[in-house]
Amino acid sequence: MTEWLVWLSWPLLLAGAFFFIAGTVGMLRFPDVYTRLHAVTKADTLGLGLVVAGLSVRADSVQAVAVMLLIWLLVMGSGATACQLLGRYQREHEAQQEGRDRD
Amino acid sequence: MIEWLLDGTLAALLLILAIAVIRASGLYASVVLFIAFGLLLALTWARLGAPDLALAEAAIGAGLTGVLLLGALAHARPERPSNTLYGYRWPAALVSMALAALLIRAVWPLAETTQPLPAQVMTELEASGVSHPVTAVLLNFRAWDTLLELLVVLFAFLGLRQLRLAPLAHTEPWPLLAAWGRLLAPLALVIGGYLLWRGTSAPGGAFQGGALLAAGLVVLRLNGVLPALSWRQWPVRLGVLLGVTVFLAVAALTHAFGAGWLTYPVAWNTPLIVAIEVAATLSIALTLALLVVGEPEEVHP
Repeated sequence: MTEWLVWLSWPLLLAGAFFFIAGTVGMLRFPDVYTRLHAVTKADTLGLGLVVAGLSVRADSVQAVAVMLLIWLLVMGSGATACQLLGRYQREHEAQQEGRDRD
Repeated sequence: MIEWLLDGTLAALLLILAIAVIRASGLYASVVLFIAFGLLLALTWARLGAPDLALAEAAIGAGLTGVLLLGALAHARPERPSNTLYGYRWPAALVSMALAALLIRAVWPLAETTQPLPAQVMTELEASGVSHPVTAVLLNFRAWDTLLELLVVLFAFLGLRQLRLAPLAHTEPWPLLAAWGRLLAPLALVIGGYLLWRGTSAPGGAFQGGALLAAGLVVLRLNGVLPALSWRQWPVRLGVLLGVTVFLAVAALTHAFGAGWLTYPVAWNTPLIVAIEVAATLSIALTLALLVVGEPEEVHP
């Protein structure tokens, strides 16, 4: 029974790794702050979520799964908050620059 | 094979980040890279089987030092574009290499011989009052070192006060940041307290717990939840001096009535160590928080 669970975990782990790599490439290649934020938050939420799911399938105890889920929630929350804050900072920065250009 | 891949990647990334910190185009980029370097170093300590060092490196080396560097950057004048320090590079590299050679010479023999100290610690562990060997060393066998470390933190804070830095203008906290801070601060309190509490039996302790508590204090202060923290308030002074005071009191009492300076009576081992740890954690947390968000002194003409 555990054998097929290990096999089940591989697609989840690989998909998680894919989102991390895609997020990294996006952060390096996308042109501006907003699209970069879009790319990098995918790594935090989907990438880590899939890795956690893949590891949960293999975990020995319910406690380990619960700890990983809590870590995921915390990272997701901090990622979402940081994304919003960076986005707002960028928007205010741009508004300031526009105001300066108009003067 | 896979483990070698992970360790090799870690070591290579550490070297690349170390070079990148020096070569980065601006000081801000250097600081951010330095924080990343600290986090990877913490991961390396964890891989080497030293969770105590990993926790300390993550909390203090990466987290707190990073915040302090960013704070220093905010106080610094804007960088000049020309690299005037270029001429100092080669002498600095020479000094660093000589220092590295000395360190390697000191550390290399340790890898080849088995040291008698770990075995000694394990045989004496029963009598130390705690069940975690690192805590036993830090707060019993070599408590003197830890006392001096606390004094170093205190002196760092007193030294910063002498600089009389101008206050940084904090903007009105954004609602989202304030809400997230209110969520994070209790977490910092719980995890910091947990690290302190389990320090007697597992990796953790005063410095790691204190750094986390300090992070909670800083977040609350930046969000305007906490009132201004200043050396002029007597609770702040009490908190900053508590750790060193308790430690010195224990040292003096054991010297006067017991077997000697910081040699605890066996029956009192555990309560004394826990009391010192709790006092030290509170002091470390408050001192580190003051280093980051303390109110500057008013300059009297």
